[in-house]
Amino acid sequence: MRPAEPKGCPLADVRFDHATKIYPGTDAPAVDALDLHIEDGEFVVLVGPSGSGKTTALRMLAGLEEVDDGAIYIGDRDVTYLAPKKRDVAMVFQNYALYPYLTVEANIGFPLRIAGIKKEERARRVREVAELLGLEPYLQRKPGQLSGGQRQRVAMGRAIVREPSVFLMDEPLSNLDAQLRVQMRADIAALQSRLGVTTVYVTHDQAEAMTLGNRVVVMSDGHVQQCGPPRELYEAPVNTFVAGFIGSPAMNLLTLPVEGSAVRLGGERVPVPAGATSNGRSTLVVGFRPEALDLATEGIPAEVEVVEEVGADAYVFCVAEVAGETTKLVARTDWRSAPERGARVKLKPQPDEAHVFDLETGERIGET
Amino acid sequence: MTSATAKAQPPTFTRRKPPANVRRRRFLVTVADHSFLIAAALVFLAPFVFIVLTAFMTNDQALSPDLWPHPFRFQNFADVFSEAPLWRYALNSLIYGGLATLFLLASSIPVAYALAKLRWRGREAAFLIVLVAMLLPPQVTVIPVYVMWAKLHLVGSLWPLILPNLLGDAFSIFLLRQFFLTIPDEYLDAARVDGCGEFRILTTVVLRLAKPAIAAVALFSFLFCFNDFFGPLLYTGESPDNWTLSVGLAQFRTVHQVQWNLTMAATLIVIAPVVVLFFLAQRAFVEGVTLTGVKG
Ligand SMILES: Nc1ncnc2c1ncn2[C@@H]1O[C@H](COP(=O)(O)OP(=O)(O)OP(=O)(O)O)[C@@H](O)[C@H]1O
Ligand SMILES: [Mg+2]
Repeated sequence: MRPAEPKGCPLADVRFDHATKIYPGTDAPAVDALDLHIEDGEFVVLVGPSGSGKTTALRMLAGLEEVDDGAIYIGDRDVTYLAPKKRDVAMVFQNYALYPYLTVEANIGFPLRIAGIKKEERARRVREVAELLGLEPYLQRKPGQLSGGQRQRVAMGRAIVREPSVFLMDEPLSNLDAQLRVQMRADIAALQSRLGVTTVYVTHDQAEAMTLGNRVVVMSDGHVQQCGPPRELYEAPVNTFVAGFIGSPAMNLLTLPVEGSAVRLGGERVPVPAGATSNGRSTLVVGFRPEALDLATEGIPAEVEVVEEVGADAYVFCVAEVAGETTKLVARTDWRSAPERGARVKLKPQPDEAHVFDLETGERIGET
Repeated sequence: MTSATAKAQPPTFTRRKPPANVRRRRFLVTVADHSFLIAAALVFLAPFVFIVLTAFMTNDQALSPDLWPHPFRFQNFADVFSEAPLWRYALNSLIYGGLATLFLLASSIPVAYALAKLRWRGREAAFLIVLVAMLLPPQVTVIPVYVMWAKLHLVGSLWPLILPNLLGDAFSIFLLRQFFLTIPDEYLDAARVDGCGEFRILTTVVLRLAKPAIAAVALFSFLFCFNDFFGPLLYTGESPDNWTLSVGLAQFRTVHQVQWNLTMAATLIVIAPVVVLFFLAQRAFVEGVTLTGVKG
């Protein structure tokens, strides 16, 4: 008995077509000509730093913000000027927005009550959803009597029960503690793939984005920086912004002078793509993930500032002198071989793991 | 899922009392801290005690300097009802207060909602106009308004006092708006996405969330009407059938000038419902006032 039976409207893909939002009283668009196509049943995560326009984009899709330019489509319907209630979307809010005066049962059943669905039918569907989310013991409680995780599930339940064509979630896990967040993350992923409903999920936590999304959209200043599967974002960030944003700890980005067709780093010659030097660039930004820097007997001399042990791994935060400038570097190592704080180490980059970017534009320079 | 765990006996505590000298000190400090309030409370209570005591006296005694009734004359309360149609007045007060409050809520709530939660051009200006309406003293408008009701042939009834509430009340709108502002937008947005139009949001979500504020406004309004003397006197002065308790009480006093004991008994009967109402709704009342008062 799945709550979401296949419905009449089969295709619920979402399309932003140059969608733009300028809040009254501001000159810079909060969302600037957003082009994005989300396939039916896809789980897409919008991620970006605070103020990058993620929430705004989501609210535009929900119909809670007027679209100032461009259009938005759900399936083959142009919903740009449609009221929220006509869009057939359900939304989970960051603070859950559960009605404090209603029981869990009534909260979950609220959208059905508004839709004028009969009491028995309503009770049946609420029960199904409660079962799915493990909420049966709490149906008669008020939201105030629930833990954060349970409230979160009630909020999910209220979205699911409607069987909408699109789920929208705005940082639904940010009010939970770290452990619960990881668990709910897995639950949401499982639930989404089970229900197969197109989902747009907003977070500023890149770890959440990378684990949840079929595709991740990195936003900054109202623009899409990059859009692709998590692995692609990690392995081939299109610019220094994405390179620095995705991955934790962040990628080491170094500004280095070009020597011939390579840059020199800690005695290591790191070849750069042929295109990198073609238009006379004399300086490049070269990035290494922490796992692409090894503690070795030779390499960049550095002093250890902090060592963070994360289970089997340890991240070694160092200061080093690179190309005449004092730079912070992070390397990953096995926790057993982690150096002491204050120790002097040598960091050896893996040349074929280098990401090369243009100094001026920050764009990735590809291996052509 | 729920495993039955053996319930342990709750441990029995005997809470230790602070030593006697500490307790005495605390008591004295409490009295000292509140001395001003206690004095003020006595001042406010004195007339009330005087009313209660006089209400039980004989008429002769009421005019004497004695403070304690001897004997207690309970007959006063029965006499009051035979001397004046108090039930009639009470019914009029109830009609006036009830309808006025109902109309006031029906008209003020949507306005306050629009001023607090809907985005539209000119909203701030509109709110300013509402505020300005609060500054207008009623004495300024009373004559033209009276003339208007006279032309409508409604003078003599309570309608001139009830009907204007359909047009909203500046103070109530202000109070409700301040409260609505404190309701997180997410509740409304959630309702919007879940299929509510604005009116539906107002009736299903906002009314429930704003219950304390609405209760406070309703109480304010009802008490105002119940205590209103000027309005009923002005419009119903010539038709005793439509007198409210406040007007009835005043007439009673002039007719039975010498009978202070009956006047006080009648006064007690009239203020009793107000006091009861206040105690019953005290929590909602105070909550509403503080909630609306803090923000904004
Ligand atoms: N109601 C509003 N009026 C004016 N400007 C707004 C409004 N809401 C958001 N903005 C602006 O629009 C930009 C994008 O905001 P938005 O809330 O979409 O960011 P976000 O990516 O969701 O950030 P966060 O991760 O902090 O939630 C910000 O610069 C913000 O200041
Ligand atoms: Mg946001």
